[in-house]
Amino acid sequence: MATREYRTARQIIGPLLMVEGVEGITYGELTDIKLEDGSIRRGRVLEVSGDKAVVQVFEGTSNMDPGTLTVKFLGKPQEIGVSEDMLGRVFDGGGRPIDGGPNIIPEKWVNINGNPMNPYARDFPNEFIQTGVSTIDLLNTLVRGQKLPIFSASGLPHSRLAAQVARQATTLKSGEKFCVVFAAMGITFEEAEFFQADFRRTGAIERAVLFINLADDPPIERIAIPRIALTTAEFLAYEKDMHVLVILTDLTNYCEALREISAARKEVPGRRGYPGYLYTDLSTIYERAGRIKGRTGSVTQIPVLTMPEDDKTHPIPDLTGYITEGQIILSRAIHGQGIYPPVDVLPSLSRLKNKGIGEGRTREDHANVMNQLYAAYARGKNAKELAVVLGESALSEIDLLYVRFADAFEDRFIRQGEEENRTIFESLELGWQLLAMLPRTELKRIREEYIDKYLPKQETTA
Amino acid sequence: MTNEQRGEVVKVSGPLVQARGLAGVRMYEMVRVGDARLFGEVIEIRGEVVSIQVYEETEGIGPGQPVFRTGQPLSVELGPGLIRSIYDGVQRPLDKLVEQCGAFILRGAEAPALDRSVEWDFVPVAKTGDNVVAGDVLGTVKESVIVVHKIMVPPDIPEATVKKIAPVKGNVDTVVAVLETAQGTREVRMAQSWPVRMPRPVKSKMPPQVPLVTGQRVIDMFFPLTKGGTACVPGPFGSGKTVVQHQLAKWSDVDIVVYVGCGERGNEMTDVLMEFPHLKDPKTGQPLMERTVLVANTSNMPVAAREASVFTGITIAEYFRDMGYSVALMADSTSRWAEAMREMSGRLEEMPGEEGYPAYMGSRIAAFYERSGYVKCLGSDDREGTLSLIGAVSPAGGDFSDPVTQATLRVVKVFWGLDANLAYSRHFPAINWLTSYSLYQQTVDSYCNAHLHADWEKNRKRAMALLQREAELEELVRLVGLDALGAGDRMTLQVARTIREDFLHQNAFDDLDTYTSLPKQFALLKLILHYEDEARAALDAGVQLNALLNLPELEKIAGAHLIPENEIDRIDAIREEITKAVAALPRY
Repeated sequence: MATREYRTARQIIGPLLMVEGVEGITYGELTDIKLEDGSIRRGRVLEVSGDKAVVQVFEGTSNMDPGTLTVKFLGKPQEIGVSEDMLGRVFDGGGRPIDGGPNIIPEKWVNINGNPMNPYARDFPNEFIQTGVSTIDLLNTLVRGQKLPIFSASGLPHSRLAAQVARQATTLKSGEKFCVVFAAMGITFEEAEFFQADFRRTGAIERAVLFINLADDPPIERIAIPRIALTTAEFLAYEKDMHVLVILTDLTNYCEALREISAARKEVPGRRGYPGYLYTDLSTIYERAGRIKGRTGSVTQIPVLTMPEDDKTHPIPDLTGYITEGQIILSRAIHGQGIYPPVDVLPSLSRLKNKGIGEGRTREDHANVMNQLYAAYARGKNAKELAVVLGESALSEIDLLYVRFADAFEDRFIRQGEEENRTIFESLELGWQLLAMLPRTELKRIREEYIDKYLPKQETTA
Repeated sequence: MTNEQRGEVVKVSGPLVQARGLAGVRMYEMVRVGDARLFGEVIEIRGEVVSIQVYEETEGIGPGQPVFRTGQPLSVELGPGLIRSIYDGVQRPLDKLVEQCGAFILRGAEAPALDRSVEWDFVPVAKTGDNVVAGDVLGTVKESVIVVHKIMVPPDIPEATVKKIAPVKGNVDTVVAVLETAQGTREVRMAQSWPVRMPRPVKSKMPPQVPLVTGQRVIDMFFPLTKGGTACVPGPFGSGKTVVQHQLAKWSDVDIVVYVGCGERGNEMTDVLMEFPHLKDPKTGQPLMERTVLVANTSNMPVAAREASVFTGITIAEYFRDMGYSVALMADSTSRWAEAMREMSGRLEEMPGEEGYPAYMGSRIAAFYERSGYVKCLGSDDREGTLSLIGAVSPAGGDFSDPVTQATLRVVKVFWGLDANLAYSRHFPAINWLTSYSLYQQTVDSYCNAHLHADWEKNRKRAMALLQREAELEELVRLVGLDALGAGDRMTLQVARTIREDFLHQNAFDDLDTYTSLPKQFALLKLILHYEDEARAALDAGVQLNALLNLPELEKIAGAHLIPENEIDRIDAIREEITKAVAALPRY
């Protein structure tokens, strides 16, 4: 192969660098770009056409003069060196340690793009994960190998909720290896510091790997960071037998970086200027959650995204919802009532919950209690809306009872402390206590035998 | 292949590769790209420069690398062994790939679509000396406990004489017959291949006549599909598209089901793979997997192969239809297929149509659905086959004005519109009864009137009118409150609610509720309408409204859908009880 170093960069457009007169360059190849002052930036080939290559520069193109650059093509795709020693460490968006510790000696190098998991080799996610948060555990159960995003909006405490889940997540079995891979994309210093401090304070950092790209770090690095994190997670899960919880925040920043590159390439835009391949691109991140038949470990994802204008039909939450197995939606209205975590119970959903609950996994009455709570809360909310229009006097006695139930449900069930770690049994108990506010005849979605067994006896009628 | 013709890569941009030096190459011809010899398909020819969509990740491909012609269009292999298989978008068997390269799909992995190590028993039907035409059955192979696989004269042999045919045991490459044609002798093997983008020929097409029974009450009763018909299921995420598709794949009364998971979740395909072998087909009592072919190209698998996956699926489906079977194909989701088209179109720098979709998207979708139908198959025995198509659509933002939904609605005859609000209130299947429609309703009504009960159409129309009236009344209630309604209207609300909660609502995860036969559906609806008749008569006779609204027997109506199929008589018994209970109410 001819020389792989070129001084023929001609154009810089946004994050892209056009190099001419190249030969033998392949798509997806990694590059080192040497600036005049000797510093080196990384890039990746996005397109090759004849003797022209388009290189996407990870650290941004500021201060670059095309005439003085030396572009070296490395002939290999972007890889990360992975090792079990990464636990307890903090890295930047390129996978370099930033916690002052020594470099990692990799056990192996892996292509960060991974390969698609064969659907035939997948094992179905059905093991319950206890997060200690009632609205998730009881109503929108998370299972191992699932991808369950948090749809939030600016000003809502999604970071606190994500940190709480990371801190408390456990299973009902004992003696399993568990760890957290955390990837921050374009979040603020304060937010990043919050997570790091929280992990340090609780000792969770010992079993965590952190990748941090701050809001003022190069946006293009955000393209690689979720893939670096997931490659690390897959290594820990499938080769080190760990159950890995991956938290990605904030996917909205990721998508904006993608849009920036797409715009620089003058691609035909899809909805709201996002590229037409946004769905495919997001799926190559989300679909990396899962379990594999015959292996112990698992990768579970909790991506966090902020919905622009609280709009669920915006392309980012919309396409995410089509790929992920449900969503936890945070609500400004509930937040306004001073309730933490402000989970909007009715539109939230875990598609895999039915597989992870019931006898032997959580408790026999779980599904029934869940459905009854949903139904009762929905009816209470409806009654409240009606009361707003027609006045409370228009409500029947039973509807009034439901209104009181809905209030209590929000106040006691949804609301919980940031340090409050409820077991699934405590959550179920709480559910039963609330249901006891309603007449027994209203509990149509619960089997008689469970009502006899679990319904608190002292206050059967409110 | 000897005497390979080589071209050279000039440009790589994601899944799109451009090459030159491939003189004589045809549109949609398969080529192998680069040193890694990745599968690709020619999608544009501009003078010397040929654009190729590549079915695998193109990392590591660059200008100067070779491109090889194969001379063949993208084809699927058709023969015994299709049933129970799970393929990716270009018919690579996923189970074999696991054996070959582990849990992740590596580039360049290859395996024959039909397993060569399996031997089949061929039983001749034709005899030596017989004159046969295209589509005639030469013999059969018992492929699964349910499916008898017919080996047919390939469509490209118009007529021939059987020169040699005998019982034989062997793999799919085995020659089962030798035919004497006008162009010389031709060997017929157990397996044939067919280009996916070309519909398989039939003798004639006829309008669909017979309902496709799905066991889903809202569908069979109010928005029925026919064998050979087309339907679409659009809905926002979380509204239950995939559950509807799975239910249809499980319970449709067809012989063969082809399920195409196109750009959807990996875990969903795993769900199908784990569940189907344990579920029993209600018609034959055999595991559902014995009649199912799966095509899975999940969202993270290469986008070009996703574009091909629906064609792979439908060609397999057409092949079974040609044997004279009733076949149903579920595609989940056609929006991902359209997006794959959009992505390739964008990379080809074509002028975009609506929302970046290519201008030809509408005609591609129409051509796809047109491959369905109730047909007279090729062959002299005039056998009939049907191919029904059910496509899920995932409109952006749940908005049905999205171009894919609109293009689909222009061609399909049945529309099951899923509604997010119904899903939030946990009403499943979340098919909105006010917006959905079926253009087969008349056909199915007259069929059911004749074959099930003369009142079928009458009852259906009455129930639908109640639901429509309920929607109007609810508007009114929102303005003036419930108390302002008269007793008759209150009764309408009550009956409509019963229809919604005890008939339309159906729990896919309950063993007894998941499937309801047509006679039971009729009995359930009749029961609810009977309550209405009795209650209205009682109202006129001076019975108090509240007594009728709180009739304890209503709970029996609510439980009637859980009565097992073989005890339908019990539903009639409840009817009697209602008559008695209403008669016993005090009159003023």
